[in-house]
Amino acid sequence: MTKKFIGKRIVRNEDPQLLTGQAQFVDDVEIPGMLHAAFLRSDYAHARLLSIDVSKACQRPGVVAVFTAEDMGDDWQPGPPLVSPPPTAKDVIFNSRRQVPLVKDKIRHTGEAIAVVIAESRYIAEDAVDDILVELEPLEAVVDLERGLEAGSPLVHDDLESNLAAHLLQKKGDYETARQKADLVIKRRIVIGRGAAAAMENRGIVANWDAKSQHLTIWDTTQAPIPIRNGTAARLGLSEHQVRVIAPFIGGGFGPKMMMFYAEEMVIPWVSKELSRPIKWIEDRRENFYATTQERGQIHDVEIALSSDGYILGLKDVFLHDTGAYDPYGLTIPLNTQCHAMGGYDIKNFTTEVSVVFTNKTLVTPVRGAGRPQGIFIIERLLDIASRELGIDRIEIRKRNFIPPDAFPYEHKIIDQAFAPLILDSGNYLPVMEKALEMIGYEEFVKEEQPRLRSEGKYVGIGIAPFIESTGVGPYEGARVTVEASGKISVATGIGTQGQGHFTAFAQIVAEQVGVAVKDVRIVTGDTTEFHWGTGTFASRGAVVAGNAIHAASSIVRKKILELASKVLETPIDELELDDGLVRVADIPHKSISLGELALLANPLRGAVEPGTEPGLEATAYFGPNYGATAFGTHAMILEVDPETMMIKIKRYVTVEDCGTVLNPLILEGQIHGGVSMGIGNAYYEQLHFDENGQLLNASFADYLIPSATEMPRMEVGHIETRSSLNELGTKGVGEAGTIPVPALFAQAIENALYDHELEILEMPLSPNRLFEFLNEEKSR
Amino acid sequence: MQTLFDLGVTVNGARYEHAVEPRTLLSDFLRHDLGLTGTHVGCEHGVCGACTVLLDGNPIRSCLIFAIQTHGHAITTVEGLGTIDNLHPIQEAFQEAHGLQCGFCTPGILTTVKSFLEQNPDPSEDEIREAISGNLCRCTGYQHIVDAVILAAEKMRT
Repeated sequence: MTKKFIGKRIVRNEDPQLLTGQAQFVDDVEIPGMLHAAFLRSDYAHARLLSIDVSKACQRPGVVAVFTAEDMGDDWQPGPPLVSPPPTAKDVIFNSRRQVPLVKDKIRHTGEAIAVVIAESRYIAEDAVDDILVELEPLEAVVDLERGLEAGSPLVHDDLESNLAAHLLQKKGDYETARQKADLVIKRRIVIGRGAAAAMENRGIVANWDAKSQHLTIWDTTQAPIPIRNGTAARLGLSEHQVRVIAPFIGGGFGPKMMMFYAEEMVIPWVSKELSRPIKWIEDRRENFYATTQERGQIHDVEIALSSDGYILGLKDVFLHDTGAYDPYGLTIPLNTQCHAMGGYDIKNFTTEVSVVFTNKTLVTPVRGAGRPQGIFIIERLLDIASRELGIDRIEIRKRNFIPPDAFPYEHKIIDQAFAPLILDSGNYLPVMEKALEMIGYEEFVKEEQPRLRSEGKYVGIGIAPFIESTGVGPYEGARVTVEASGKISVATGIGTQGQGHFTAFAQIVAEQVGVAVKDVRIVTGDTTEFHWGTGTFASRGAVVAGNAIHAASSIVRKKILELASKVLETPIDELELDDGLVRVADIPHKSISLGELALLANPLRGAVEPGTEPGLEATAYFGPNYGATAFGTHAMILEVDPETMMIKIKRYVTVEDCGTVLNPLILEGQIHGGVSMGIGNAYYEQLHFDENGQLLNASFADYLIPSATEMPRMEVGHIETRSSLNELGTKGVGEAGTIPVPALFAQAIENALYDHELEILEMPLSPNRLFEFLNEEKSR
Repeated sequence: MQTLFDLGVTVNGARYEHAVEPRTLLSDFLRHDLGLTGTHVGCEHGVCGACTVLLDGNPIRSCLIFAIQTHGHAITTVEGLGTIDNLHPIQEAFQEAHGLQCGFCTPGILTTVKSFLEQNPDPSEDEIREAISGNLCRCTGYQHIVDAVILAAEKMRT
């Protein structure tokens, strides 16, 4: 069947509201009688809390209440574990230590909440925060990962013997035997620094406990409204149906808004219930740098064993992962790193061992990429070094090691974030890389342009980085699709939306099945009253998992429409067409009935219906994949380095993606562009710097540099389609794809540009300063 | 409670008389006193540009100015451009070129671009990138924003 809507560049349904300032974000919620919250946060990374005196704050005019941990009584409970360690992994050590609503005894990271002031305005609440007197005993901070595991290190959690949060060893094949057969073994240490997600909208929450109706409504900038509803109900001793969580328009998620429960998510609904007043808390940017989760910090000791003709015999990676002060998100990030360290290559022997370390830093949970960029950086760096040492072209060595197209589904064997050994469902990697090479003009650049530019004294380099991305993991999502009496379609799904174009891409899926215009499909996401089953928007899974649930529900509604129309029009189903909001008899165009009329007929006000029938043209369906669909892609880049300033100029940037069926190329390109921009930040501009006391030194957008329009190149996006066999739409996720290979790509391209230096980049993020230091170190050797 | 001062200001063509505390930021006044929540606050330190509004036609950061400083002036916010049923050509272009994703930074970009295109109706891509370099966007990588500005310039010239 020719697709009418799926795969088309359709402009977005949600845009007019967003473009005119009429879209509701959490901070736009205004409720009569609403009070405002401000948190007192720790200036120290590690300290014992001796006493708090809030009396002066309470006396300030306009202050309604001040709460500390003690005031919460038995309601003071740490957050629930969000993700447990994989039950299928052998000998896993996991010390679960969860974040607390307000600090009771010990401060474990800078910015941890100590008390909350509730006042008539945010201005007054912030004034009163300064009135609170706190007595602390500062402790030595755990900042460095290696030192944190040494005997005698101060302890983030005093009841543990060390700062080891978790340990997991996974093996595929036998690395040690493979190593003995190798012609070349390369060992390196690779260090990845920490960065921020920096969504443009900070976090926020409005909670409104209505004592008369005994009902709590929460507006939350969360990626996971349903788990927030269920967890809040449990914490407050309410029925789940007494709590409604709305994730309205969200100003970017990128992972940290998937974290739950943040301290504020535990405190603000509780305060609303205590005071029976609506309470609003909106995070400011400074708080965001201290209190919103971050990611990427890892130290890897890796080795790769190769044959002289460049085939990978085995890989071993022993690494440390920084989880910050608590570990509610389990092992998701290091599992992703373990699963991506083999890239898209057929590696038969792999040993990977991670030690997760508690530090006195902000919590670590997934940020767009979520451990995958680190894994890809490792394997791509090792292949670049191998290519040089073996004298094999860097493209050729990758070609030799790619998983061949006939090997899918490919048993990767390493347990992933879905708790099962990862299986790569489908793929054809070589044509993707070849298309990227062709688009960037690799041969011509390397043979002609680069030598010419070098002869002119220019430092111009090219990089090519292939990558895999595990996406679309379970457990499931669901959706309800309804034909309304207006003939328009209403759809509700449980996931939240943060700019991914769900109101349009999902509408295209529905329109394809029920034959209406895309603009006549109204999608509701992230409101637990509309749909209350589901998990959330994470792991590049919205379009795959919720998308396929919507497809399934739409297919059932299509069947119901046709069955009813068949009776009404007295025509067999196979002679009916569904288009333009009408069901028509194929050969007699004027013999038709509208969807609105059918919806009314399906929901009669009087008369009898056949026993066992359901009213309306409506269906609810769920989709849960056996395992995640794994996408593939390759990025290519030409950049020029200014040898004086170490500033870079990206001359060309090409991406080729294979994410299966494309729902909307316009939205897909946007996702890639945005992902690349975060990747460029991760590679060359963005790093959170902590001093030896665990103080964050660059907690503002003036000091933490996210790419602006002048740093970003024009990107060329190519596409190859290998449908996933795991779902009916054939889709794979793409939300994080843009970010994943960029650090690896930068390292290769910069080394290639600075060809007359013996530069080996083994860390990320870089910066002009850091690159300058490398070259000075080289000079002094 | 601090002393209140009388503020008289024109916003999107309508005249407002309000008593405000001297420390009230323009962004808070627009959002919370006037209910014009289209102006968004992303950093509160003048870097991200999300809160950009036009003061007598020129872009300013509404998080870096007190409301009282705008006494006697005219302000345009995103709500002053077009409506859902009657989009401004810049808004149309942003929809057509997919120049927004989460839409949080968008109001500040639209106001910045409005002023920019009035001064430079036929800009080059580099000039556009320079003009919006004070507006941070985490979703789009800016490419479709640049495309939208090129398209908007075309629409507004014809």
